[in-house]
Amino acid sequence: MTEINAILTIAYRDLLKLLGDRQRLVLGFIFPVFFIGVLGGSMQANLAQAAGYDFLPFIFTGIFAQTLFQSTTQGIISLIADRENDFSQEMFVSPVSRYSIIFGKILGESSVAMVQGLPIILFGILVGVRPSASQLLGLLLIGIAVCLFGGAFGVLTLSNLKDQRSVGQVVPLIMFPQFFLSGAFVPVKVLPLPLEILSRVSPMRYAVDLTRGTYYAGLPEFGKVVLDPVLLNAVVAAGLFVIFLVAGTTLFVRNERNR
Amino acid sequence: MPPIIEVEGLVKRYRKATANAVDGISFAVEPGQLFALLGPNGAGKTTTISILTTTLSPTDGQVRIAGHDVQREASAVRREVGIIFQRPSLDHNLSAEQNIRFHAVLYGLYPFRFTFSGMPAAYRKAVLDLAAVMDLQDDLGKPVKSFSGGMIRKLEIIRSLIHHPKVLFLDEPTIGLDPGSRRNLWEYLLGVRKEHGTTVFLTTHYLEEAEQAHDLCVMTKGRIIARGTPAELRSALVEDYVLVDAQDRAALRSELCELGVSFTEGPLLRIPLGAGGIQHLLKSIDTPLTTVRLHSPTLEDAYLAIIGQTEEDQTT
Repeated sequence: MTEINAILTIAYRDLLKLLGDRQRLVLGFIFPVFFIGVLGGSMQANLAQAAGYDFLPFIFTGIFAQTLFQSTTQGIISLIADRENDFSQEMFVSPVSRYSIIFGKILGESSVAMVQGLPIILFGILVGVRPSASQLLGLLLIGIAVCLFGGAFGVLTLSNLKDQRSVGQVVPLIMFPQFFLSGAFVPVKVLPLPLEILSRVSPMRYAVDLTRGTYYAGLPEFGKVVLDPVLLNAVVAAGLFVIFLVAGTTLFVRNERNR
Repeated sequence: MPPIIEVEGLVKRYRKATANAVDGISFAVEPGQLFALLGPNGAGKTTTISILTTTLSPTDGQVRIAGHDVQREASAVRREVGIIFQRPSLDHNLSAEQNIRFHAVLYGLYPFRFTFSGMPAAYRKAVLDLAAVMDLQDDLGKPVKSFSGGMIRKLEIIRSLIHHPKVLFLDEPTIGLDPGSRRNLWEYLLGVRKEHGTTVFLTTHYLEEAEQAHDLCVMTKGRIIARGTPAELRSALVEDYVLVDAQDRAALRSELCELGVSFTEGPLLRIPLGAGGIQHLLKSIDTPLTTVRLHSPTLEDAYLAIIGQTEEDQTT
């Protein structure tokens, strides 16, 4: 019970922090507007006919998954900032299991990401994406899974970073290529072998494809848009989630104490 | 009663370091005491406190807090200790009371509720009582962002006491505080110790703060170089002496020689006070004195003498 209380407390703190951070809330709205509006609009106008499917839902689902994944990853990495301004010291000297701290943090950052995912859905509808009720529900449920997965990826990344400076240097390097390799922004159905390999080792790929697999289920475009079967994506994502979480937390805790 | 803190042969070498940050120290602290760890910057005080509070693993040695091993029973240790870090560790996005509430929940004292009024009555009473002692009752709802340095320290003390720790660790807690806030802080801590019997483990640069300690250790370069009560350290290392002078200094000088009293001559005559004390000495001098100035060493004198001595030892 104590651990569950602690997990919820740590999670709630992140949500409170978001609600107090206007800048982050506004930015959370501007990015999807930019990407869905500009990227989706331009690709729709120029490439849709050649590809043979509607680009708007393609970009919409890609941005949705990418935003949730990335937001949670970066939220977890903010533990480093917490450490530098010393709040994490307070958490780490409390008698709560380290796994609970990390899990609470993932839960908190996931709810933060979900709050940021809502404007994406609203804006998508505004520009003409027409999800059915079951598609909407699917997006919300799969969104939670994507957040948890992104959080676990964040823990593993975090456990290998020393300070804010290395965050600034390393994080763009591991996130930015994934935007493209995962197929969030551009189709990656056909890739040259080296890029295919890179795409397959990008965790974000499975998050994005899982989201699209759910969204496009039963639609005629499924075969053109979705890369792998939903079940395969789900198994890979779940497996990676467990590995990232356990390895990341173990490494993180060890590095914290064995300095 | 067994010691509440037992440290045995503690060694810490940081990764990639060439020397031990803590180099085989041992000490014990009795329950309810105020224990002070003194030493210059880089002596290993913060490293020691980090190991004692389980945030850092020792390289070698044994540490037990309230009977629990810091390595094997870290969680049990954490439950028994409260910590005030060198740098404040509050969440500035939250209000003062939210910081306390989160702490209380993390320590498993109360279930989490979204509002202060939703929290159990026992929690609300404990917070209000402590806030009254610390004179912070009107600021509980304010964001920590708006707090001054003194208020932040007070809030940290309230937070660290909410779970009734057996040992309260304070790592240079008064750094950056004005003298008024510093004195208040000590009055509050004294009250807490009396009321709850809390053991206080303090590291500090301020010697006058350590004067109140029951027991203290002086550390430098990872080793303990002196240990005892403040009075013991003073008397062992710095002697009491009296400075005297007379109109007729030559007469005084020869009289002291006749009496067999040793002295050194500077602007005044300096006589070390032996077992006889000042009364005995002054009674035996007949030459009319114009100056009598008694010098009792402070802990600071003792501290500087100890640190100075070690540095001399190491350079020779």
